[in-house]
Amino acid sequence: MSTETAVRPREGALDARVPPGPIERKWERRRFEMKLVNPANRRKYTILVVGTGLAGGAGAASLGELGYNVKCFSYHDSPRRAHSISAQGGINAAKNYRNDGDSVFRLFYDTVKGGDFRAREGNVYRLAELSGNIIDQCVAQGVPFAREYGGLLDTRSFGGALVSRTFYARGQTGQQLLLGAYQALERQIAAGTVRMFPRTEMLDLVVVDGRARGIVTRNLVTGAIEAHAGDAVVLATGGYANVFYLSTNAKASNATAIWRAHRRGALFANPCYTQIHPTCIPVSGEHQSKLTLMSESLRNDGRVWVPKRAGDTRPPDRIPEAERDYYLERKYPSYGNLAPRDISSRAAKEVCDQGRGVGPGGRGVYLDFADAIARFGEDKIRERYGNLFDMYERITGENGYKVPMRIYPAAHYVMGGLWVDYDLMSTIPGLFVGGEANFSDHGANRLGASALMQGLADGYFILPYTLGHYLAQVTPAGDDTRVPAFDAVRREVQDGVRRLLAVGGSRSVDSFHRDLGRVMWELCGMARNDAGLRKALAEIPALREDFWRNVRVLESGEELNQSLEKAGRVADFLELAELLVLDALHRTESCGGHFREESQTEDGEARRDDERFAYVAAWEYTGTLSQPRLHKEPLAFEHVHLATRSYK
Amino acid sequence: MNLTLKVWRQKGAGAPGRFVTYEARDVSPATSFLEMLDAVNEGLIARGEAPIAFEHDCREGICGSCGFVINGVPHGPRRGTTVCQLHMRVFEDGDVLTLEPWRARAFPILKDLVVDRSALDRIIQAGGFISAPTGSAPDANAILAPKEDAERAFDAAACIGCGACVAACPNASAMLFTAAKVSHLGLFPQGQPERWDRARDMVRAMDGEAFGSCTNMRECEAACPKEISIAFIARLNRDLVKASFRPRRAAAAAGV
Ligand SMILES: Cc1cc2nc3c(=O)[nH]c(=O)nc-3n(C[C@H](O)[C@H](O)[C@H](O)COP(=O)(O)OP(=O)(O)OC[C@H]3O[C@@H](n4cnc5c(N)ncnc54)[C@H](O)[C@@H]3O)c2cc1C
Ligand code: SF4
Ligand code: FES
Repeated sequence: MSTETAVRPREGALDARVPPGPIERKWERRRFEMKLVNPANRRKYTILVVGTGLAGGAGAASLGELGYNVKCFSYHDSPRRAHSISAQGGINAAKNYRNDGDSVFRLFYDTVKGGDFRAREGNVYRLAELSGNIIDQCVAQGVPFAREYGGLLDTRSFGGALVSRTFYARGQTGQQLLLGAYQALERQIAAGTVRMFPRTEMLDLVVVDGRARGIVTRNLVTGAIEAHAGDAVVLATGGYANVFYLSTNAKASNATAIWRAHRRGALFANPCYTQIHPTCIPVSGEHQSKLTLMSESLRNDGRVWVPKRAGDTRPPDRIPEAERDYYLERKYPSYGNLAPRDISSRAAKEVCDQGRGVGPGGRGVYLDFADAIARFGEDKIRERYGNLFDMYERITGENGYKVPMRIYPAAHYVMGGLWVDYDLMSTIPGLFVGGEANFSDHGANRLGASALMQGLADGYFILPYTLGHYLAQVTPAGDDTRVPAFDAVRREVQDGVRRLLAVGGSRSVDSFHRDLGRVMWELCGMARNDAGLRKALAEIPALREDFWRNVRVLESGEELNQSLEKAGRVADFLELAELLVLDALHRTESCGGHFREESQTEDGEARRDDERFAYVAAWEYTGTLSQPRLHKEPLAFEHVHLATRSYK
Repeated sequence: MNLTLKVWRQKGAGAPGRFVTYEARDVSPATSFLEMLDAVNEGLIARGEAPIAFEHDCREGICGSCGFVINGVPHGPRRGTTVCQLHMRVFEDGDVLTLEPWRARAFPILKDLVVDRSALDRIIQAGGFISAPTGSAPDANAILAPKEDAERAFDAAACIGCGACVAACPNASAMLFTAAKVSHLGLFPQGQPERWDRARDMVRAMDGEAFGSCTNMRECEAACPKEISIAFIARLNRDLVKASFRPRRAAAAAGV
């Protein structure tokens, strides 16, 4: 029996269902229109939440509090370890505690503009509107945000904003926010409303009668393949930046959950919108397994420069002021070192391409704190960024207080993800997607400190409403998995695992992942062009074929087997990569993190093409990887007028 | 540099384990410890031998996934550093390193260097939270917290839940972990209403797991990669004494 996929969306039928009316009333209106589930009936509904990062952890805890029967899954040994834990810099909120001109509308405006006019206005406005509630919620949970001596919350400014709206907890904001959500989740686990399945990886989605009705998982300790049924499924499984192999993401971060859902019919939106972060520690050699981000909050006090002359190999302290090029300050006088990520990253690439890069291999630029230390003293700088300087020292063996740090861009975040409507529901009814896994709010470029905001807005304040509305319209189906559809998917998953183990080739999984990363970084990284993308389209399927002929996965499927886990993820990356490149090839404009060399201004800035590309590209899986079908969601800008993004 | 590794290999929970010796050749001082193990594993896979299982994720010292004992020291020789952040430049050519998993009854071994630390989650379930249902919070600045307290709370909140303190403790006690959470929440005004129950319930949960009790050996503090201070244990003990004079509040702190 063949397994079910969702009904394919009709051409031109991609409706985001954003409520009509003035932008500041849309969410209120939507909440009022929503159907509610009688509190006494909530426990009859089972919700499967996959992922316990900020989005999934916050969502599962909040849904549990409401009284739904929640089952929550994570491949980690504990919900506290999700990749969200490593976010450093901070979280935005339009509190305007600083009286410096911030407002919900300004945060909305900055986000739409920062996203290079490729985000959906209605969603972004709601995000800005909810941002303040997030800070309230987190403080109530005991999140130790930085404070002033008077006991009030401190804020700082962050890449791409001229107001000070970023709340932070030293350099460990993600950790503290996640622990807040984790603790709320553990509280619900103790209360019995949430059942947690740690070390359990979702390997497929089960669709019954066109609706998302369950998932199939593998127990990572015993290898057991199991089906779980529910009335709705939430994917909060994070981003896919590890398609580049080297990235700032945690090693296990992967695309399997959303990719499997895509293959079952969920449209994948804007896969080519990837963010390259400008301030990471440069690659030190072949052994490199991941790249470490140095929070860009460092750019508040650090100055970025390279030597003026190509090939200048003098140590930094021997290069006189007049022979240094503070290129961000020179090119973008009003934003200077705080220029947005995409712009800063490309500028770094450009100076390195000119032969002015520093450090081994010439792929690096200086981030220099000498001026800030002279002005505020080393202690003040240590108080602000001590843990980052320590981390830098551990990795490079260099003292950033004495010698300028070296940084280089690295793959960091993905704006693309599963397409969702205003309610965060994908094109498969009953399948909701939150956090980095969806595409919703950041357009073609995400501003610093707004992923945490989005993940928590989705989890705490949006999904609990929109899921309720969906569930109010379906009869509880219970958690019976003895329906043929479940058996069929379970068998498919089992076969997939067996197939990986049966290849019996000679190359490790990692070696394929590295190769894929190289192709993606070289040909579809910071700058992309037609010829390069076409080359990638030839190389990726070849690599995929090689993988299925030559990969070596030892040991069995009935035990803890880390190579097997990785193999499944890399197999999916090898498929997703092709879609990413196809999307990049089709979008011949430059926008945000997607830079097409063919579409730039005379001074090398990105040139958008609003006439042809002011839409969300949502791809449908057709069964043939090289031929996905494109659906377009047109974007209308009624409140933020289309303009060339300028940070000069 | 070249190193000799003696690694604990154990196929699964309850299976017999033993040390197996491997050579790590041409290791660059710029690699991290886990990258060195990655390379050893690549070699093993090429020879058709099962790679060494070890846990890791962020490789930035923050998720708490990684951790094993190197020559008797949890997370290895560098103070305040997780094993994923440990770089090979701290070792010397010819070093012999023994790698073994956390050894504690409360952390059963699952495979090689991987252990089950879910007991720590169960301690949190017993009260390691402030009950603040979503939507119920007042404006963030309505709650004032002195900066000094917030900083101190942060020092405690920095715990990554790695379990090294347990592995280092001769009694395998989880007191530092528990004290860190009790202190983090108890230092904030919003953590006061549940403060006494929290201390009592979390310690009771800890005692209910297979952890030993704290006899002030201070090994935990030395091993903790986040340098959590044992002053928090003293604080927890004071809270426990105060709590013993108060009647226990609502039966289930963890209500809906
Ligand atoms: C180094 C770094 C620093 C950052 N700093 C900031 C910052 O300062 N400010 C900011 O706003 N953003 C920052 N970001 C971005 C932000 O951290 C992430 O976008 C965000 O945390 C993602 O949260 P999430 O809940 O969507 O997913 P994640 O936190 O990635 O969680 C994914 C969850 O899904 C689970 N999962 C995934 N797939 C499966 C599966 N198949 N089966 C079972 N479980 C699965 C995982 O176990 C995990 O629990 C940073 C990112 C990085 C890499
Ligand atoms: S107290 Fe320290 S050693 Fe113990 S779990 Fe926390 S971080 Fe790890
Ligand atoms: S791998 Fe995350 S702390 Fe070491």
